[in-house]
Amino acid sequence: MDVVVVLVVVAAVTVFVSAPLRRVRTAEGGAASEIAELEAAREAKYREIRDAELDHRTGKLSDEDYEAIDGTLRGEAIEILHRLDSIGGR
Amino acid sequence: MDPSRKRAIRLTVALTAAVLLASALIFVSFASGAEEVTASQLLRVARPGRTYVLAGSVVYGSVRHEGTALLFRIRDPKLHVSVPVRYTGIVPDPFAAGRAVMVTVQRRSSNAAFVGQANSLTTKCPSKYKAQAGS
Amino acid sequence: MAPVGRTLLILGLLLAAYGIGASLYGARSGRREWVDSGRRSVYALAAVMTIAWAILEAAFWRSDFSFNVVAQHSSTTTPTFYKLAAPWSSQEGSLLLWVWLLSLWSSLILFLTRKRVRDIAPYATAVLLTFAAFFTSLAAFLANPFTTTASPPPEGAGLDPLLLHPSMMIHPPMLYSGYTLLTIPFAFAVGALITGKLGTAWISVTRRFALAAWLFLGIGIVLGARWSYTELGWGGYWAWDPVENAALMPWLCTTAFIHSIMIQEKRGMLKVWNVSLILSAGTLAILGTFLVRSGILDSIHAFGASTLGIPFVVLLAVMLATSVGLVLWRRDRLRSEAQLDSLLSREAVFLIQNLVLVAMVLVIFWVTFFPLISEAVTGTKVSVGPPAFRPFIVPLALVLVALAGIGPIIAWRRVTASNLRRNFALPVLAAFTTCVVLVVAGGGTETRPFALAMFTLGAFVLTTVAQELWRGVGARRAMTREAPPVAFGRLIRRNRRRYGGYIVHAGLAVLLIGVAASSSFQHSRDVVLAPGQKVSVDGYRISYVRPIASATAQKLSFGAVLDVSKGGRHVTTLRTTRGFYPSQDPTLGQIGRFFNGNADSDVGLKAGLTKDIWTVINPNLGPLQGLINQGDKVFQAALVKAMRTAATLPPAQARASLNPLWALRDQAISGITARFVSHPWPVNFLLIVDPLVTWIWLGAIIIAGGGLIALWPIPALARRRRTARVPARPAAPPVAPAPAPAPVREPV
Repeated sequence: MDVVVVLVVVAAVTVFVSAPLRRVRTAEGGAASEIAELEAAREAKYREIRDAELDHRTGKLSDEDYEAIDGTLRGEAIEILHRLDSIGGR
Repeated sequence: MDPSRKRAIRLTVALTAAVLLASALIFVSFASGAEEVTASQLLRVARPGRTYVLAGSVVYGSVRHEGTALLFRIRDPKLHVSVPVRYTGIVPDPFAAGRAVMVTVQRRSSNAAFVGQANSLTTKCPSKYKAQAGS
Repeated sequence: MAPVGRTLLILGLLLAAYGIGASLYGARSGRREWVDSGRRSVYALAAVMTIAWAILEAAFWRSDFSFNVVAQHSSTTTPTFYKLAAPWSSQEGSLLLWVWLLSLWSSLILFLTRKRVRDIAPYATAVLLTFAAFFTSLAAFLANPFTTTASPPPEGAGLDPLLLHPSMMIHPPMLYSGYTLLTIPFAFAVGALITGKLGTAWISVTRRFALAAWLFLGIGIVLGARWSYTELGWGGYWAWDPVENAALMPWLCTTAFIHSIMIQEKRGMLKVWNVSLILSAGTLAILGTFLVRSGILDSIHAFGASTLGIPFVVLLAVMLATSVGLVLWRRDRLRSEAQLDSLLSREAVFLIQNLVLVAMVLVIFWVTFFPLISEAVTGTKVSVGPPAFRPFIVPLALVLVALAGIGPIIAWRRVTASNLRRNFALPVLAAFTTCVVLVVAGGGTETRPFALAMFTLGAFVLTTVAQELWRGVGARRAMTREAPPVAFGRLIRRNRRRYGGYIVHAGLAVLLIGVAASSSFQHSRDVVLAPGQKVSVDGYRISYVRPIASATAQKLSFGAVLDVSKGGRHVTTLRTTRGFYPSQDPTLGQIGRFFNGNADSDVGLKAGLTKDIWTVINPNLGPLQGLINQGDKVFQAALVKAMRTAATLPPAQARASLNPLWALRDQAISGITARFVSHPWPVNFLLIVDPLVTWIWLGAIIIAGGGLIALWPIPALARRRRTARVPARPAAPPVAPAPAPAPVREPV
């Protein structure tokens, strides 16, 4: 019984782990990692924009400071979006 | 101010703080520590009035009570030498003969017994993670 | 099933080795299928380890004493809950738990990142599988939980009675979860360094795992403190024991990391610092795992020496060397993208906080290892205790609490004087008022400046958090007109990181107020009392009402009932006992072994929001020794005689023929035990009145709640809605603001 269990597990593991090696693969674009970095940067920038807005609404930033920071952050966000567009990201 | 000068000042302040902290740490460690000794070392070097942390195992058959004091002997881990200790205070739950313990001791004169400081007795949990060849 | 378990360990090792090779080959050659196969080997490892763990648990549940580990750590009389938790009370079981948890978390992160950070993931896979291979090797070859014996004993040794406590059973899985979760960001940091992809992608995919590690480690640490307070019988919750410190150090490092990564995400700064922090945290997690098993430091937890010390030292050396080497190799790519604009900014506050936390880690590390350092340098081992920690940790903790209050109310990048005034006025006023009230009210706070400082700063922090919540709710209601409770709930839901963090800060303040009060204003007395005698502690009159004792086959118990009153009014009745479990050592005597085995204390505790009244009894059984010795002689002689008779009988009858002797023995033990009640003598009590201890546990619960809020993922739909709306308002270029149409405002 123990031998059967072991054989079943070994067989299942072998089939499962080797499955990708038996599939036909299509080529991938080489820019995937750069896209991932830019997407992470974009999400972080959006969070910063929201945080700045919340800081302004809760009185941590004056109107002038907020306008300046918000402008800067949105400019940086636009830059990231442009870079994403240029390499075909979302 | 020039940014590189600002960085240099901040770095200097940080390094100075680090050096001061390190120096204080070294000083306090030595000043507040007590020499940790085995039974054989204690018998060799113990000076009256000085405090030592005695580490070793409790000798089987040596544990007894005298009023509210607990008397036991602590064995050297390597040599066949043991030291008698008279202790008052809370006895940790894991304390038993054969267990590894640490207690802060002192003696008043060269021939007096070693007296354990109240509530300084600590005992290692009974070894779950034993060395293969008995510890 | 033990052979199956042993085979699964070897299979696990082979899977780990294959996965390392496949991942690295796939990464180097660009062949995606090998990377995918390597990832699948992690999933397969998790499945295999789950089966192995189930086999071990089943053996404990069934009390299958053919398994050596079950015979050594469980018994038929161990309650089921503790039977299932007993595997991790052993070296062997705890190693298997480590691998199992590691394989589960690794599977989760690799599944979540199967389409992201594809350059980094294969190297991270290889690192995680290296850890898995290390621990699986230890389990397979040095401490195998599936070793068996051909002649299983009829009964197991049972669990150490000190571990028969819920906290103590949950504490190890929490700590191991924390340690294993820390390997995730560690592995991805290594992957990021190897590939040179040192932006924020590796942080964004592992941030939650770092936060989860922080949460689990924190819960484990607090559970250990709670166990110490309620079980260990010394009245404290933290002893700066090496093994306690070993869990605290990676927790402090991770606290620094989860703050400083925000700076890298927002400003591209502190890249070297962040990778160094997480590499240090991961290394400290392995160091903590090592310390418990090596016996190199004297600790009540350090469970004796083991054979695993050298492999751990090698692993630690490899981790350290690799970490330093990688950071030095990639130092060019780790340059900051921006500068610190102002010392009056949240970035600066985070940076100072990080320095404080790292300073705490260095202090704790130095003092913990000082016995070894002093021996290496001077030849003399110097033992240090709490007095060496306090001069540093207390001031650093005060700075940390102050920063926990300043951080939430200071903006990123820069702050103006008017904003400082607006945001600091109320918290500073609250702090000042608290300080004045405490000094005027008396009670001794003025003579304990550090405690007073902590109360003052605690009030500061709690006020800043309350102010932030108030203003946030107000800002939301201004746009949505929601009812306050609804606005409050939605505010937190939409800003989980921020407000989860603020709640954690509030919890920290509550916890440290409890620590300051309980360590500075504790009243304790170590007294010897006879029944009827009274003593005063901090205005409470505590009288020893009567002794209590009981005897069962599992345990002898000696205790006391104490009455507590104040100002003539009854406050509470405390009951404390010390239990003795029979030893299997025959040299202690047939009667003596019941009185000289493992002991555990049940403390008498009346916990309250303002004060705890705590007591433990230390019954001196010396007066019973004469009877015990007499009993040993009589029963030893009777046993020898009975065994001679039994030897002539068939086995079943032989066993039955001893039953009358055992019944007489049990009667004798009950009789001796009862003398503690019928002829009581003075016994030792430790009596403690401790203020605000409950605040420590409450603070910990608040911290855990805040951590869970910060950790909770945003639903995918809400995330897509949010990212779609944010750029709707056109951006103004940095130099010349362009006119923007009416902004599309969404509620905060």
